[in-house]
Amino acid sequence: MKQTVFEILTNKKIAKDVYEMVLEGDTFGIAPGQFVNIKLEGLYLRRPISVCDYSDKTLTLVYKVVGKGTEQMSGMQSGEKLDVLTGLGNGYNTEKSGDSPLLIGGGVGVPPMYALAKKLISEGKKVSVILGFNIADEIFYEEEFKKIGAEVFVTTVDGSVGTKGFVTNALDLASGYSYVYTCGPEVMLKAVYNATNTSGQYSFEERMGCGFGACMGCTCKTKYGNKRICKDGPVLEKEEIIW
Amino acid sequence: MVNTKISLCGIEIDNPVIPASGTFGFGYEFAELYDINCLGTFSFKGTTKDARFGNPTPRIAECASGMLNAVGLQNPGVEKVISEELPKLAKVFNKKVMANISGFSVEDYVYTCEKLDKEEQVGWLEVNISCPNVHGGGMSFGTSAESAYEVTKAVRNVTKKPLIIKLSPNVTDIASIASACENAGADGISMINTLMGMRINLKTRKPIIANKTGGYSGPAILPVALRMVYQVYEAVKIPIVGMGGISTAEDVIEMMMAGATAVEVGAANLIEPYACKNIIDELPSVMKKYGINDLNEIIGGAH
Repeated sequence: MKQTVFEILTNKKIAKDVYEMVLEGDTFGIAPGQFVNIKLEGLYLRRPISVCDYSDKTLTLVYKVVGKGTEQMSGMQSGEKLDVLTGLGNGYNTEKSGDSPLLIGGGVGVPPMYALAKKLISEGKKVSVILGFNIADEIFYEEEFKKIGAEVFVTTVDGSVGTKGFVTNALDLASGYSYVYTCGPEVMLKAVYNATNTSGQYSFEERMGCGFGACMGCTCKTKYGNKRICKDGPVLEKEEIIW
Repeated sequence: MVNTKISLCGIEIDNPVIPASGTFGFGYEFAELYDINCLGTFSFKGTTKDARFGNPTPRIAECASGMLNAVGLQNPGVEKVISEELPKLAKVFNKKVMANISGFSVEDYVYTCEKLDKEEQVGWLEVNISCPNVHGGGMSFGTSAESAYEVTKAVRNVTKKPLIIKLSPNVTDIASIASACENAGADGISMINTLMGMRINLKTRKPIIANKTGGYSGPAILPVALRMVYQVYEAVKIPIVGMGGISTAEDVIEMMMAGATAVEVGAANLIEPYACKNIIDELPSVMKKYGINDLNEIIGGAH
């Protein structure tokens, strides 16, 4: 963990209620599947946001406006500064992926899949991605995933774009995958868990206090013992999950 | 040079700043960030006789200038604390630590205190009779003078280490409870634990926290803590460890003026991981600003 001040380079709306914020600052130690915890004016608890992308000097966060914190973030301008704790959480382990991993993101579970896809592709793996949304207006990052060389399948609940239904309805299209990485609402994670036979890594969400393992505010039970979602997670192995 | 050293129940500490139990784990998360030996001491995660998972999640909610928590005393149990946590702690912390203890019966408290009393690393026993987030025990011991007396007396019999009783603000007369603890042989009082509160999710129309209620902490509760420390200072002769919303060096001084000999810093650690280090670093200059050469001068100075 590291405490860093980042400066906002850009902050723009990219889909219904979804914004992309690019920050400049020290990104050393940030990895796919981790999150950052942001201090916001007038709010007490920091706001945990997953890492979407990063380079040596920039950090990209894609977030959905769901409450006071994200609403405040959506109104921020370039040049504003943010107090951020980085390097939080275990992140995804790419060593177990096999040659052709499948990445499944639902809604705001899509962003962490982007940095992961980049890393897996850089390791020479054939990456397929299923991106699940409710409606066409919510779709984001489809082109970004294609640009880095991933095979992309989109699902929408209303069928307006791609496969109609949920991410699990597109599993047949992405056949032949060696491993599953996923992030999204818990009902989606559970559906993926039941619909796939391969091993995988699942990223969970929980209300957090500190975000770095001190307060025990986000503990869950796993087959391998109690785990703090913020520190021992947010990524759990399929084999340890208790539904 | 100003003096920040104080004596807490017979043990001298370098400064009065103590991370509060439940906000500092067993120290390691913070030891990754800074040398935690700069602390006066710290109060480790509330420990019970048996291992506890704690409450279901959500356990946390945002509030105005603070937060609610209902962790529910998640801990590995006293045996594992002694066999696993204390040896790990010894590698990063070379001072005496404050052992925070909870229970669900007088026998539980006695059992856990007896075990921790034998540990060289433990300087003080801080007995929590004020946890608002567990059912059948915890706070119920701290809400009447009689039961507070009973627990204090029982644990007094099994330890010669300084015994500090941690009190709940969720009572009508905290001074009488503090006096009962003093009469039963306590060496100090720590106060206040969190204020019992609730938040409701407007979308689900249900309490945000799975336990329904949680303990309110953070800067919002500082005035309540100051008032209660002030009241207890007039009722007892034993030292008080003041806590509740402390986030700055100024808050430390204010709490000491109310009557605290030392202070605990809680929620601030979760928001600003360097909070205690920053407070300790700033304390000498803030003391100078207010013409304080020695912190011992100001204890209870507001009376």
